[in-house]
Amino acid sequence: MSDLEVQAELSDRAARSSQPGRPRRIGAAEGVAGVLALFLVVAAAWPQLLAPGDPLGIDPLSAFQPPTLAHGFGTDESGRDIYTRILHGTQYSLLIGAAATAIGLGLGIVLGTLAGMLGRVVDFTVNRFLEVLFAFPGLLLALLIIVIYGPGVVTATIAVGLSTAPGYARIIRAQLISVRSTAFVEAATVLGRTRWQILLRHILPNTLAPLFVLATLGIGQAIVWAATLSYLGLGAEPPTAEWGAMLSAGRTYITSAWWMSFFPGLFIVLTIVTATVLGRSIDRRMRHA
Amino acid sequence: MSMTEPAAALTVRNLRVGFRADPVVRGVSFEIARGECLAIVGESGSGKSVTARSLLGLAGANARVSADRLELAGRNVLGLTDRAWRARRGKDVGLVLQDALVSLDPLRPIGREIADSLRLHTTLGAAARARRVLELLDAVGLPDPARQVQKLSGQLSGGERQRALIAAAIALDPPLLIADEPTTALDVTVQAQILALLEQITRAGTAVLLISHDLAVVSRIADRVAVMHDGLLVETGSSRQVLGSPRREQTRRMVAAIPADKPRGTRLSLTLRAADAPSPPRVPIPSAVPPASTAVLEAIGLSRSFRRPDGSRHLAVDDVSFALQRGTTLGIVGESGSGKTTTARLLLALLAPERGEVRVFGEPWSAASEKTRRGLRPSVGAIYQDALGSFDPRWSVAEILTDALGLLQRRRAPLTTARLVTLLDEVGLAAAVLPRRPLELSGGQRQRVGIARALAARPEILICDEPVSSLDVSVQAQVLDLLDDLQRERGLSLIFISHDLGVVQHVSDEIAVMRAGCLVESGPAARVFAAPQHPYSMQLLAAVPRLSA
Repeated sequence: MSDLEVQAELSDRAARSSQPGRPRRIGAAEGVAGVLALFLVVAAAWPQLLAPGDPLGIDPLSAFQPPTLAHGFGTDESGRDIYTRILHGTQYSLLIGAAATAIGLGLGIVLGTLAGMLGRVVDFTVNRFLEVLFAFPGLLLALLIIVIYGPGVVTATIAVGLSTAPGYARIIRAQLISVRSTAFVEAATVLGRTRWQILLRHILPNTLAPLFVLATLGIGQAIVWAATLSYLGLGAEPPTAEWGAMLSAGRTYITSAWWMSFFPGLFIVLTIVTATVLGRSIDRRMRHA
Repeated sequence: MSMTEPAAALTVRNLRVGFRADPVVRGVSFEIARGECLAIVGESGSGKSVTARSLLGLAGANARVSADRLELAGRNVLGLTDRAWRARRGKDVGLVLQDALVSLDPLRPIGREIADSLRLHTTLGAAARARRVLELLDAVGLPDPARQVQKLSGQLSGGERQRALIAAAIALDPPLLIADEPTTALDVTVQAQILALLEQITRAGTAVLLISHDLAVVSRIADRVAVMHDGLLVETGSSRQVLGSPRREQTRRMVAAIPADKPRGTRLSLTLRAADAPSPPRVPIPSAVPPASTAVLEAIGLSRSFRRPDGSRHLAVDDVSFALQRGTTLGIVGESGSGKTTTARLLLALLAPERGEVRVFGEPWSAASEKTRRGLRPSVGAIYQDALGSFDPRWSVAEILTDALGLLQRRRAPLTTARLVTLLDEVGLAAAVLPRRPLELSGGQRQRVGIARALAARPEILICDEPVSSLDVSVQAQVLDLLDDLQRERGLSLIFISHDLGVVQHVSDEIAVMRAGCLVESGPAARVFAAPQHPYSMQLLAAVPRLSA
């Protein structure tokens, strides 16, 4: 084949491959999710920018006000502005979600890599340990940790992180084993690469790339769990403007003041949907890249 | 062929198929009479499969199909609704696809699969259907049909699956059978059997449309051959005429690409310049490397077994010995399951032999530790069948080759790029492929990148495991020529493993025939091909597709 021909074929193929199946344009759902994510990040980093009020400021005279122009999302039993509290609570949710996922993922990587790389004895041991962890429903495991170390935001984060770790470890181990036996790892061996070079340059990157997507989806899950713990009174303590705790406070008045539970719940849902949509869109893009 | 005879099983007049703005089939006309076999031959992307699918109304939802005439058994089928097509498929036209493993439902016994079309299109009762299925399986030559009907497709061999698929396609005795690459995935001996079966079906009065990229394969049974190129039929005629005295350049190129019976050193791929030449220049190029007596790679009594799921041992390679002489090619040929790939893995020391050893340049290779071996690894390169799978999917061609050159990717100096371009130039690729990932390249280009990677470390020995098996015949010709050139320029010693005896014959100085893990025959290629000693070698040789006059 002459160079000219090769080039022609090449550009032909490039033109074809860029047309179908490759999502270059941003869809409506992705666009909305992107804007929401930006809003949530700004709310977490600079809540004063979007809600200048004090999330803990009590004003008994304006308690239980339904949504009005002055209080967009209404007020709670102590007259605190729910909009202000929700925005100030964003940082807890996002931070807990990200930190818990990081803990779970980090632990998962360590356990999964040990199990996948270090031979049968280690694999067996790690697997039995993971199975014990799997035997507890995730939330129950988190509850156990909190019972031992006492409630609080930090404990809740660690608890959620630990209870998501076995899932990540399992996936990493499976992925590692399948990557380890691929033809390109063999090809690297044939080229004379050492085990460490192969692990660091081929196996780990190919194992972890798909996990990145999973982690994005995992943040959403971690946020729900953290909110659940707070709702049960085991995470953030009541006056703190945390969404789960606010939901819990609103529960008592759900028949008379629906807005107290509706808006925190809405934000939990929106955050998770945002994380999920973004995770899936990254996944699709990486698959077609 | 008479134009007006109504008995034509299929009439296609000016068929055009396009996807979006791309015309894939650009005005194709042909017809097939009953009892005739027409082969449409072309490279991948020539539009032959799309043509076949359009005849079944399966071109796809986004395809635009138009034609002046499109008649199955004398009845127009252009613009039929899906519902009307369903009534026709199976009854008026049957389809046999390349990969029977994918075409058959893995969870249903093949008897049920074959009975499906009988259930949908006839009023036969269950008992009558069961009888008909047995008849069909018997007709396609599946031994012991009564037992086979109960089997799942995964429990059958490739050839048996293909037979079952053909049985399903002819269940309703359709006037036309379309076979799209029906033998591409099969071993040569099985391929010969399936071709004989298709020929028998043709003789029984069915019109057969055979789609293939391999001229030699279709020449065995096709009455007429149509060569397709870029969405057009460039040449149509009797098999003898098209293969014997091809008129068009595309056809000549395909004929020249067939490796069987071409002496070693003959170029298979014709360059574009040869387009005007009256006949393809087939000059045997004398081997520049004199045969030396030094063995660079030796296998001494290699054995290796694997544990089957039920715990018993399967001896994949059994006491295999051979030696590769410097600057020559040793061809290892055998069918699937003969232990070829296990041998390749043993030679590459990716797998340790249970008995015997591999020596490289007289030094211990399989017996050495990986640490010692690593120093010698650059001298032993490998080329794989699945080139795509052998590249890290995250890496571009530039990254793959930079890594193979042993250079750090972070310091991509202009000097590195120059070396990459030189390397690509050696395998006939343009620098434009550097930023691309292998996924975006064609099969031939991928294999060239694979060869470039193997060459980067300046190896002396190259172990090629089915390097051209997944390529079109014409691309295969280019890759074989490239390997030949490189061997002469660099004095490479090659182990060439293939199931295709024609290819092995063309490239090898020495040949080793493997069967069920054992080496049944070995010796100089000319001797083995002229006078095979072992009955299995004779059987293999007889099955090689070649252009018979």
